[in-house]
Amino acid sequence: MPKDTGIGASTKRREDVRFLTGRGVYTDDLTMFGQAHAVMVRSTVAHGRIVSIDTAAVEAMPGVLAVFTGEDFKDVGGNPAGWLINSRDGTPMREPKRPVLAHGKVRHVGDAYAAVIAESYAQAKDAAQVLSDATVIEELPAIIDMKAAAADASNRVHDEIPDNICFDWGWIEDNRAAVDEAMKSAPHVVTLELTNNRLVPNAMEPRASIGEYFPGTGDYKLTTTSQNPHLTRLLVCAFVMGIPENKLQVVAPDVGGGFGSKIYHYGEEALVLAAAKRLGRPVRWTAERTESFLSDAHGRDHVTKIELGCTKQGDILAIRTETYANVGAYLSNFSTATPTFLHGTLMAGPYKVPHVYVNVKTVFTNTAPVDAYRGAGRPEATYSIERVVDKMCRELNLDPFEVRRRNLLTPDQFPYTTPVGLVYDTGNYQATLDKAVELADVAGFEARRAESARRGKLRGMGLSTWIEACGIAPSHLVGVLGARVGLYDAATVRVNATGTISVMTGAHSHGQGHETVFPQIVAEKLGIDASSVEIVHGDTAKIPFGMGSYGSRSLAVAGSAMDRAIDKIIAKGKKIAAHMLEAAEGDITFADGKFSVAGTDKAKTFGEIAFSAYVPHNYPLETLEPGLEETAFYDPANFTYPAGAYICEVEVDEGTGKVDVVSFTCADDFGNVMNPMIVEGQVHGGVGQGIGQAVLESTSYDENGQLLTGSYMDYAMPRADDVPFYTVDHSCATPCTHNPLGVKGCGEAGAIGSPPAVVNAVIDALHRGGHTHVSHIDMPVSPNRVWQAMNA
Amino acid sequence: MHNFEFVKPSSIADAVAAMSTEGAQPLSGGQTLLPTMKQRLAAPEVLVSLTGIAELQGVCMGEGGLHIGAATPHAVVAREALAHYPALASLAGGIGDPAVRNRGTIGGSVANNDPAACYPAAVLASGATVVTDRRRIAAEDYFQGMFTTALEEGEFITQVIFPIPQAAAYVKFNQPASRFALTAVFVAKFADGVRVAVTGASNNGVFRWEEAEAALSADFAAGAIAGLTVPSDDMISDLHGSAAYRANLVKVLTGRAVTAAR
Ligand SMILES: Cc1cc2nc3c(=O)[nH]c(=O)nc-3n(C[C@H](O)[C@H](O)[C@H](O)COP(=O)(O)OP(=O)(O)OC[C@H]3O[C@@H](n4cnc5c(N)ncnc54)[C@H](O)[C@@H]3O)c2cc1C
Repeated sequence: MPKDTGIGASTKRREDVRFLTGRGVYTDDLTMFGQAHAVMVRSTVAHGRIVSIDTAAVEAMPGVLAVFTGEDFKDVGGNPAGWLINSRDGTPMREPKRPVLAHGKVRHVGDAYAAVIAESYAQAKDAAQVLSDATVIEELPAIIDMKAAAADASNRVHDEIPDNICFDWGWIEDNRAAVDEAMKSAPHVVTLELTNNRLVPNAMEPRASIGEYFPGTGDYKLTTTSQNPHLTRLLVCAFVMGIPENKLQVVAPDVGGGFGSKIYHYGEEALVLAAAKRLGRPVRWTAERTESFLSDAHGRDHVTKIELGCTKQGDILAIRTETYANVGAYLSNFSTATPTFLHGTLMAGPYKVPHVYVNVKTVFTNTAPVDAYRGAGRPEATYSIERVVDKMCRELNLDPFEVRRRNLLTPDQFPYTTPVGLVYDTGNYQATLDKAVELADVAGFEARRAESARRGKLRGMGLSTWIEACGIAPSHLVGVLGARVGLYDAATVRVNATGTISVMTGAHSHGQGHETVFPQIVAEKLGIDASSVEIVHGDTAKIPFGMGSYGSRSLAVAGSAMDRAIDKIIAKGKKIAAHMLEAAEGDITFADGKFSVAGTDKAKTFGEIAFSAYVPHNYPLETLEPGLEETAFYDPANFTYPAGAYICEVEVDEGTGKVDVVSFTCADDFGNVMNPMIVEGQVHGGVGQGIGQAVLESTSYDENGQLLTGSYMDYAMPRADDVPFYTVDHSCATPCTHNPLGVKGCGEAGAIGSPPAVVNAVIDALHRGGHTHVSHIDMPVSPNRVWQAMNA
Repeated sequence: MHNFEFVKPSSIADAVAAMSTEGAQPLSGGQTLLPTMKQRLAAPEVLVSLTGIAELQGVCMGEGGLHIGAATPHAVVAREALAHYPALASLAGGIGDPAVRNRGTIGGSVANNDPAACYPAAVLASGATVVTDRRRIAAEDYFQGMFTTALEEGEFITQVIFPIPQAAAYVKFNQPASRFALTAVFVAKFADGVRVAVTGASNNGVFRWEEAEAALSADFAAGAIAGLTVPSDDMISDLHGSAAYRANLVKVLTGRAVTAAR
């Protein structure tokens, strides 16, 4: 019998009641008394010098209340990058100021250089159009191609950065010579050049922000679409606006998806606060879909050359990569960490590779900023490794399953120190591979291929064995690596007098299901009903602190903080129980919601203890404070390392080049699983996004920097009929060794492991169909590209 | 969106009168026009809704074939043309999504003449007649290049009349994002010959592939076009498909349409 409550139960998502009945409350749903509307004025050219903005042209227009330009913010701070990365030569990265509104220059199509505030949205929109027409921008040549940008010192995104390079990073630089040597002496070297395509996050809810200012107290309030309200508060206060942190409340109500793009602080948030203060009225802004395409932080966008040295039997000896990573026009908050410490550190994959060296050059271009997007750096690493391993198998005529088995780390090798700076704590990669092989019925592939052939389709199978580092992250480690923040999390467990519980967590749920899963854990640990537990998140005035949700960290880090806080509650409960039961504290045990004196039938329920804490008539007041509320901060000892094996089957239509993903099997190790249904849902979503990246999604700028894929007419999102029914398994679990729940995180896995499995399957299908000259096709493997490759 | 006047006549005569107003534009299902207005790319002063006119609604057999009122939504055509002209019904059922099919209309689609739209292929391959408030226009004369038609200022479509072929099929290859036709082919076999119309492919909008028509008129089998090549000179080239790729699709999809025709 599967459990129907507590840890490990597939409890239905309680938040879905409001989401699915249209009763969620999102930022744009809130109406503020006296509100005014902001519309941003955005650059229509990719690169240009602002000559003049004729604000007088709109100030007298109907309903217009205020006009802001970059000039208004030139004396406040910039929106900073969260990680300082040093180049190979030891020099720190170049960090241009990212202003609230562009000042002096515009640097990408969609770069906001002014904002109009008006009584109504329509009036603001009218005025924004007029202001756009009343602005003179001297257009400069657009810098779009990364390699060209790095080669041409005369054309600069930021005037002070001559070669458009932010940094040139080597990981680990001291190992470089040894890796070069190993590569030179390797019996065989496989080389692959590939692109990890730029993606637009496309959260269902566009970004939105409402600024309020209360002149009576000098307090500000920002209601915004954030995965990370405390970080937003920190950035707005300490870096951009100079507001004392105690004077700004940041609230992220229901948030309709983020996938990374809502981790970061954006200029519009500062703008609505400044406007609210100037006007003494709430000021709101909601992005239109086109603005989301143009101004949300995009994902991926790497161009990589990867080399793999190996024996003729397929033992991997060395891996060396050179990557150009696009950061776009400005450094978004995590943009410097994503291509480095979330990417280079994973470049050994799940394999025992003695020598690995990673070089990443990050380049400024006249495109939207690029930052972490579901998986962030790890999909790029996984894709490079799993594609080159697949290419090795083809060049040496080796079986891809066999090659993985030869190279995967074995369970006895943990903890394992990789040559790229991580210590994998635990895993069993053979087990997940075997499980995937079984579930995907690899043995039956030939029969399925023959059946596809009868229908005129080429069928192929692709494998990917992946690993990631998540549960981000140990502060001491990331501090050494350049992080400017700590990455612990916090929780307060407040037991009310009647025994119900509110948990204030620093994690932020924007679709993940925390409101369901966190109570399952509380219920299990305290032996109470999950329905009496409430999760409170997304409000800096209510939560002690938090670093938000991304990097599959909510359960591993914030969940662990909650677990620790519950332990403190139990410890205090024991003290109260010892007093009430007239026993020694050491004799009190807690199980099934009862504090008992060991070896007797004397007991008090959890509810009785809670009541006594708040009505302390019979209570040890001399030694114990009344009340039952505990806070814990938790800083993980290490990353967590989910891993797994994915097998994809595709059918390719030779006439049209169309790829259909017909089966997808996942065998994952997420450590302990709290709610299997939600975990499977996360994997489904992640694989859906991975299939989107592999087959459909393409972000394309033309040479003038115009975004060609700026709407759903041209940007292909995966739809239900683009993905197959998934087979998802998480039974091969090796619990995380260093967090109290033994959990590893599952939010990004699907998006990390799936793209190479899809592309490997496509190449396999083409080879089986006789198109053996095709060694690689860049994502998305669109019909046009596949057909071109077959007919090249 | 900018402000506009809205009128909803209930007869063709009233619609003609309304359309003579300065700045008037017909509104049918609004699936193309309203998004354009929301983006402020169009700003008609007067919108004349055609969906309240009974004569512009419905599907029925009549003189010259199947008569479809201009304001008939795609979903209704998919349902009601099925018994008479299955290839046309399947075309209508493959447009967009249910919301688009329940609002979007044949008149709006044919008037708009989007180079990637489905209906123009059926109209041209069927040798249909476009009937307006003032005249009848043969398909050959009606389509005049992408987004361009024979319609005059203020003229509006009232119905489209489709002769019914012996066998026909529409094979559409979806543009991955919009799911309009990246390229699609409508093949219609009449007693006096085969007509092949191609949409989505050409810079000049919907066109007839005459070499294929000749070959298929002689031998209505997919193999009959095996030796033909489609020149790619006038083909659209964009991020979803090169000109050569589209030329390939024309041939591949024509073969498939012949095989599927019934
Ligand atoms: C998401 C989506 C997917 C779509 N997918 C497809 C697809 O796969 N294939 C496809 O073919 N189409 C597709 N379409 C377009 C759809 O078929 C539209 O409905 C059609 O193009 C326009 O029809 P409408 O009735 O909505 O016209 P409207 O938007 O009302 O009008 C369109 C234009 O035609 C004019 N007009 C309307 N009626 C008349 C008339 N009777 N006489 C003269 N002029 C008139 C209007 O003034 C306007 O200029 C899609 C649309 C959307 C939004």
